[in-house]
Amino acid sequence: MEAPRSASRFLPRKAFDTLLSALRDGGYDCAAPVVRDGAVVYTRLQAHDLLPSGISIQQAPGHYRVEFTDSPRNFSWANGPQALKPFVFTASEPLWSVRRDPDGELRFTEADTSQDPVAIIGVRSCDLAALALQDRHFLGGDCVDPHYQARRASLFLVAVNCSHPSDTCFCVSTGDGPTASDGYDLLLDELDDGFVIQAGSSAGQNLLERLPLASPTGKQLQDITRQNLHAAECQARRLPPGNLEPALFANLDHPHWQTVAERCLSCGNCTSVCPTCFCYRELDRGSLDPDRSEHVREWDSCFTQGHSYIHGVTIRAGTDLRYRQWLTHKLGSWHSQYGRSGCVGCGRCISWCPVGIDLTEEVAMIVGGAS
Amino acid sequence: MSLALHGPAAAEIIACKQESASIVSLTLRLSDRALADRFEFQPGQFNMLYLYGAGEIPVSISSDPSSPDPLVHTIRDVGRISHGLVRLRPGDRIGLRGPFGRGWPVEDACRRDVIVITGGLGCAPVIPVIDYVIQRRRDYGRLIIMQGVKHSDDLIWRARYDAWAEQPDTQVLLAADVGDRQWNGTVGPVTGLFKQAQLRTGNSMAFLCGPEPMIRACVQQLLEKGLPPDRIWISMERNMQCALGQCGHCQFGARFVCRDGPVFCYADIRHLFGRKGF
Repeated sequence: MEAPRSASRFLPRKAFDTLLSALRDGGYDCAAPVVRDGAVVYTRLQAHDLLPSGISIQQAPGHYRVEFTDSPRNFSWANGPQALKPFVFTASEPLWSVRRDPDGELRFTEADTSQDPVAIIGVRSCDLAALALQDRHFLGGDCVDPHYQARRASLFLVAVNCSHPSDTCFCVSTGDGPTASDGYDLLLDELDDGFVIQAGSSAGQNLLERLPLASPTGKQLQDITRQNLHAAECQARRLPPGNLEPALFANLDHPHWQTVAERCLSCGNCTSVCPTCFCYRELDRGSLDPDRSEHVREWDSCFTQGHSYIHGVTIRAGTDLRYRQWLTHKLGSWHSQYGRSGCVGCGRCISWCPVGIDLTEEVAMIVGGAS
Repeated sequence: MSLALHGPAAAEIIACKQESASIVSLTLRLSDRALADRFEFQPGQFNMLYLYGAGEIPVSISSDPSSPDPLVHTIRDVGRISHGLVRLRPGDRIGLRGPFGRGWPVEDACRRDVIVITGGLGCAPVIPVIDYVIQRRRDYGRLIIMQGVKHSDDLIWRARYDAWAEQPDTQVLLAADVGDRQWNGTVGPVTGLFKQAQLRTGNSMAFLCGPEPMIRACVQQLLEKGLPPDRIWISMERNMQCALGQCGHCQFGARFVCRDGPVFCYADIRHLFGRKGF
């Protein structure tokens, strides 16, 4: 529980618009959480749009409900189905296109990767942890993904320490929340009358210096310390501690894989909402012009039949094998691949599973250490 | 070094050879001559071949690495993209990205006997190894080539096998589950060839490629004959779409087959090899 650094400032609620204005003046589009179709999603704000207030979210296995209260707060909720993933690794995007000349030659053109800068308001610590993991996957190897790289470089991240975790959250047990330790440009702690704000990067510091803000009072600092402590203590779910890779791979024949498969619909919702899942399929998108074609990528899921298909053989035909692949990868082989678990404790896969499968319970059944 | 990582380079089909009823070899040349001059590959590496308007598939390179221009890809008509590729004619264009992956450790096999065991079109990714060894015959010990097919009609490159059999200290053993009247090889699975193979497992390295049940059975035989797991190398096949270790389809435990393979040391993958679902 890090106390805000001495450089923190207090941003009164009624002056929040000055932060958005400063970001816009800095050349950023602002994206912020709004309620759409019954869920909180990040949307690009139009000028003079206000952040919605009084949102409350109830989450449980297979359950997500938005309610409105008269609270003045903008961030008194845990999360929506999206993390930062759609901003850096989009659900569908062109990779390259090809034109067929009259002589039959093929002319390939790589897709434009340029991006306009965007500031995302209200990023949670679990989302920052997931972003760091996706950075390792898409940027950390020998081959840097140019699409991800361009989108990533365009981001300005305004994080907010999570004051209202949901019942599905377990970021304390993964070490990824509820307070953010790094990876943000600005960090907010929300109180009823405003925000304690601090910078985490030179870009954030430059912006903060342009806002005429006073220092927070001792009472305000005490309040956010207490608030952050409560957000950590209220989490009841947890993952078994440590590196689960050896235990998971020692239990590949555990009967519980089949028990989960009897409930799992293999729909892939968990992988869509997971902020670290990185699988994508590539396909050609035909054109009405027979001499042009576009090659795109789309999010894929290890729960689909096509994911493991090779000429006539599906390696993972059964749901038990697909669930096992997902969990042994997410909580197991991620350690070998990226030096830590692929789970940041956001709980989205639990809320958005249509049958309410809870990975913290399933993994505990398989490796022991039930929460 | 791989070329055209993120988007393909155009290549022209300059020859097509029908190897069997369902197998075609495409000889192709990169249209960009500067790119072609820089293109080099290791035995066992693969390219992503793009069929216009349809998509890409990974195909191993079956030509000689010492002469990478033109390239040869031998393709079996088994899916949507391969079905289109085997119907291409000279002059047609495709896209190509590559080469990708880690190939066979041919240099580590130097001064050892080399055992090549393949099934079906599994022979294609290992042909460059045989070429490599034959060109440096004195640097290697005995060369034992074992190839199995379902039906004798499926055996391609008969003339090559005959020519290799004429090489010094080289044994070529062929098996077909079903043989026609002219078939003079063994009838039965490729494992039936071990009785005749003049193996000296004390200083050998084995390279295997083919259907996984066949590889499992052959690895078992090699282990029983005393070949250590770290001298058995296997080329694996999984769904591959990016070839860059990013799209996630080819993961085999913690490994990405496209980037960390497709050739693996058996000692490194035996904990998962043959396990259903991986």
